[in-house]
Amino acid sequence: MTLSLSKDTIQVTKEQDVVFLKNRVKETAVKIKMGLVNQTRLLTAASELVRNMMRYANGGACIIEVVSSGRANGVRLTFSDSGPGIPDLDAAMRDGFSTGKSLGLGLPGTKRLMNEFNIKSKVGEGTVITIIKWN
Amino acid sequence: MSIKTHILLQKKKKNILELWMKNQLADEGLREDLISNDELRGQSEELINVLVGNLSGDNFTDFDSDEWSPVIEILGGIAITRARQGFSPRETGNFVFSLKEAILEVLQEEIKGDPQTLFTESLKINRLMDNLSIITFETFIKGREEVILRQTDEITEISTPVIRVWDGILALPIIGTLDSARTQVVMENLLQEIVETGSSIAILDISGVPAVDSLVAQHLIKTVSATRLMGAECIISGIRPEIAQTVVHLGIDLSNIITKATLASALAYSFKIMKLEVKRAGAVNKF
Repeated sequence: MTLSLSKDTIQVTKEQDVVFLKNRVKETAVKIKMGLVNQTRLLTAASELVRNMMRYANGGACIIEVVSSGRANGVRLTFSDSGPGIPDLDAAMRDGFSTGKSLGLGLPGTKRLMNEFNIKSKVGEGTVITIIKWN
Repeated sequence: MSIKTHILLQKKKKNILELWMKNQLADEGLREDLISNDELRGQSEELINVLVGNLSGDNFTDFDSDEWSPVIEILGGIAITRARQGFSPRETGNFVFSLKEAILEVLQEEIKGDPQTLFTESLKINRLMDNLSIITFETFIKGREEVILRQTDEITEISTPVIRVWDGILALPIIGTLDSARTQVVMENLLQEIVETGSSIAILDISGVPAVDSLVAQHLIKTVSATRLMGAECIISGIRPEIAQTVVHLGIDLSNIITKATLASALAYSFKIMKLEVKRAGAVNKF
């Protein structure tokens, strides 16, 4: 059972919002006393996903939550956009696959960095990605 | 009986100005620290002169007509100076709103006996002054944005210095997030400096980069490749333990690049490549 303890929604539409979002994620991680390595992992994952959102969907929204399950605390981020969606999720989750000219490590890399990773995407409707990093 | 509002306003210009000044001076938000009363009076008088001078019977509603451009120009000028001087939006807005009040007050005084005309004329004045307020705000925000843009430019400029740490060795500390625009600036500065100084080694220090994600890594790889094309070697230093772990988990391959944990070790490595030795002065070789 995962409980949400605090909730914060941030709209991302401009380059400047990206830095703001990353600062907020970091603040949240610091608040629950997350270790430095996990903080960096979370920050990197957030950075990957928000960049994808900016690049492919022209922005979207991110919900930052402090979640609790049993004795563990963690940070849950939900990125949702109403962009074109991902036609082939299996391919998108493969290392080195990119429709842009990037390294193609964003999605699979993020999955490796996080404890929980959940992606839902519908072509023409948008994509929702939820990640959790436990403390 | 039709009343020519513009003629009336022209006649009552002095009254309006006095009323307006009274409103402004009585306002709690009067910023004597930012603008003196004389200066304020000067600004107000200038605006009211141009405004009333440009009024004619039929241009009340047609705000796109050229007759309004001098008014817009002056108002824009005032708004921009106010934005730079640090006035709050409310204070800037009140400047125009208090003029509206003054005009309406005079109008009320003059067209006392005819509520119908008073209403239609007030409506016209309202519409006109609202338009002026909107222009004031648009210019005010533009003035503020210019300040922000200038600061952004300054930050990009300051944040990418190229340092000559040794003859033939350049160091480039990167602070903050490395996005496409920053990378472009970094790369340009670095490559230019390599040519100018004839350096053979460039050290990119990323101690100040909070997180290295795949895009940042890609930008780093590009910068290193470009440096190599110029015939110089590029070392990336300042890789912190948590960054190292994240890069590995992301699956980014940096094995083709020389990386060091600290700038000091990168410099030591550069000395080794250049066959330079650092010795303690006065050390005697006993053998």
